[in-house]
This record gives sequence, structure tokens and C-alpha cells, in this order.
Amino acid sequence: MSDAKDLIAARVAQEIKHGMLVNLGIGLPSLVAGFVPESLGVFFQAENGVIGLGARPPEGMQDRHLTDAGGGFVTAVPGAASIDSAMSFGLIRGGHLDMTVLGGLQVDALGRLANWKVPGKMVPGMGGAMDLVTGAARVIVAMQHAAKGQSKIVMACTLPLTSTRRVDLIVTDLAVIEPSDAGLTLRERAPGISVAEILAATEAPLILPEDIPEMRL
Amino acid sequence: MKGALKPHEAAALIAPGASLMIGGFMGVGTPERMIDALVTRGVGDLTVIANDTAMPGRGIGKLVSAGLVRHLIVSHIGLNPETQARVIAGDITCELVPQGTLVERIRAGGMGLGGVLTPTGLGTEVQDGKQVVTVEGRPFLVETPLKADFALIAAWQADYVGNLNYLLTAHNFNPIMALAGARVIAEPDAIVPVGMIPPDAVKTPGVLVDHLLTGAFA
Repeated sequence: MSDAKDLIAARVAQEIKHGMLVNLGIGLPSLVAGFVPESLGVFFQAENGVIGLGARPPEGMQDRHLTDAGGGFVTAVPGAASIDSAMSFGLIRGGHLDMTVLGGLQVDALGRLANWKVPGKMVPGMGGAMDLVTGAARVIVAMQHAAKGQSKIVMACTLPLTSTRRVDLIVTDLAVIEPSDAGLTLRERAPGISVAEILAATEAPLILPEDIPEMRL
Repeated sequence: MKGALKPHEAAALIAPGASLMIGGFMGVGTPERMIDALVTRGVGDLTVIANDTAMPGRGIGKLVSAGLVRHLIVSHIGLNPETQARVIAGDITCELVPQGTLVERIRAGGMGLGGVLTPTGLGTEVQDGKQVVTVEGRPFLVETPLKADFALIAAWQADYVGNLNYLLTAHNFNPIMALAGARVIAEPDAIVPVGMIPPDAVKTPGVLVDHLLTGAFA
């Protein structure tokens, strides 16, 4: 893997199954699409209004009416549909979206995500994140394990929550972690990373099963 | 047929202090000529209801840069550092609303509903000061309807009676906002004769549209 972000994206891509409708957030999560084989028949939704998001268009072929949620030019795949924002969020909130992959600022010991505001410093806004975490059948957080030496997997979020809903999986450059009623379980290690290194980089307690394999990428 | 207005004529309808719903998502599907005319005219003290404020130099970002916005009701300002700076400095007040809730509040306002019940935002800052009701055993936030003095809509084509259609991701908030403005000004790329937009392709019926802007190449 060329870098940590690609590693995270490649591992998240393994969670995507045949025929799913999937929403990828801005930034790191958007890289996931590049690791999903076309043969899987997956439709990617961009919440600004397209089901069936395709790759970037060739230079000079951009259409100003066809962009992703970050405002970047995209294409649409055969079978795509364009929709307005009410339909788009009806799909999201109404339980029609199989999976969302979102970036994170913090995830706490209960598996709750914070990703929309750093009070006084950064107020990007929640955009579609609160609806996505509330409504998607499966929520995956894709993020770096730590930022500026601080663990992003914390005892309790100090930043405002995106939702009280427990996310389903956390994929970082160090580990795959699964939240459940019991707590956060360490499921996989990144290649070459030890359990001790993961524990040292994680503020929240982790449940350690007997077998914690390396990610298979 | 509705008379087609030049952008400066349409901007003259809007007084300082007005509330505007403006279509678009990161500037895609935003009525740019209308916004340019508002900037030229310097119509200030505006309340803007929109998904986002695009980026500096584009769409609603131009209104922000020109200092014409007093209050924002939006879901996201993360891609416009200038809006963020002005909000943090207190020059602009900003209500951040989850995107799905925002579009439904606008829809409620336009469709005569008393509000929306949504699970989005429960247990977060978004819940602060709001009523929670339980329906069939599930809690929901009560979100109030939104309306505005004007809805500024970007469309692909309009016909002479104001029927509108849209392209790809340029739909976004436009068809919903067209219901929720007391007066609706639509800015099409092109105006085509009646009959050119088949009835089944009309996304916004012309009866909702009060004024058309001249086509982009008129």
C-alpha cells in the first residue's frame, strides 16, 4: 500500500458486498471507490443528487452539472439516476442506504462518532453526516488512528457527537475495531503492527480476542 | 407568459434584510447571474437559507465575500474558509442544520405542513431547545418549517409559462425551494417555447414561478 490512507480505503472496500448502495464521505472515504471492483455491481450515492457515481471524467470532458458532494467533477455509471435533495436524504434516512463510510475526529468507547465541529476553532457543519449515521444500515468510520499524537479513539468524545447511534466498524491505519454492547473489540492489525502498539495508541479500552490477525490486503 | 427579467431588474425586486432561499450544492445548480446582480446592487443584511456557501468567488460565496449576509441557515460551511472565519468572528450568525432536516424543513414550509418529525440529531447539540415526541414507541425531534421572502432557483430549461427542468446534480435543493419562497425567481440556462419540455419532464410546474431571468445567452 502506498500510504496509510490507501491502506484504510482498501480495507474498508472489503466490507462492500455485491449490489449494495453505498455513500462515501468527502476526503479519505472517497478513496474507497477505487478499491471496489466494477464487477461487484455496487451503486455509489453522492448525497448532492446522484445514485451511480462514476470515476473522474477525462480532462476537458467535465460537466458542470455533475459533481460529487465535495464539488469535484465526476461521471455517472450506466443505470445512474439523478435525484433532488429530498429524495437523496429520503434514501439515507429512510433505511434504503446499505452502508456509509465517513471520516471521524473522535470515536468513543461506546462507538459514538464526533466529526462535525471543533468548538471555537472549526465549524464545518454536519452536512449530511448526522442523517447518514442515523439512517444508514451500516456505518463505517475510516480515519487515522491518531492525530497530532493524540488518540482519536477516546474514552468519551470531547467534541460534539454526530449521533448517539453506535457505529458498526472503525478502520484506521493501525487497526480494525468493532464496537458492540461489550465495548470496542480489536479485530485486526495493520500489516507489521503489534497489539501492544495499537493499545499504546488507543485511549479507549480494547477487548482483545485470542486471535487478532493482520489485515489481508 | 411571464416577462423575462434581466438580472439587474430581478435584483431590484429584493430589498435589504430580505430572506432568500438559494438553490445549489457547492455552487452547482446555483443562480450565479442572480447572485452577481445582488452583489452589484449591494443588497445587504440578507438571511440566506441554502445547503452551503460554496467557496470564495463562487455562488453564495460571493454574497459572503461582499459582506451582504447577516444570517445563515445551512448544513455545511466547511469548504468556505471565509464563511467559517466570519461566523467565528461573529460577523455572521449561523444556524447549522443537518442536510436532510434542512431540506425537509423547506419542504414542510412549501407544502403547508406544521413541521417535520425526524430521528436525525436526537441526543446531539441539534436537539437543544427542541421538542421530542414519541410516535409508535420511537422518539423524534420536532423541526419547524422554513419559508423565505424569495426563492432563487437555478434550472436548466424554462418554457414561456415557467415550467422548469434540471440536469443531474444541479437539482439538489432547487425543486424543493421553488415551493417555499413567497416569490420565486428562476434563472434558467435557456428559455424554450411552450411544449418543448414534455409534461412528464417538468420538475417544477410554472405556476410556482413568479419571474424568469432571461436565458444565459439572451
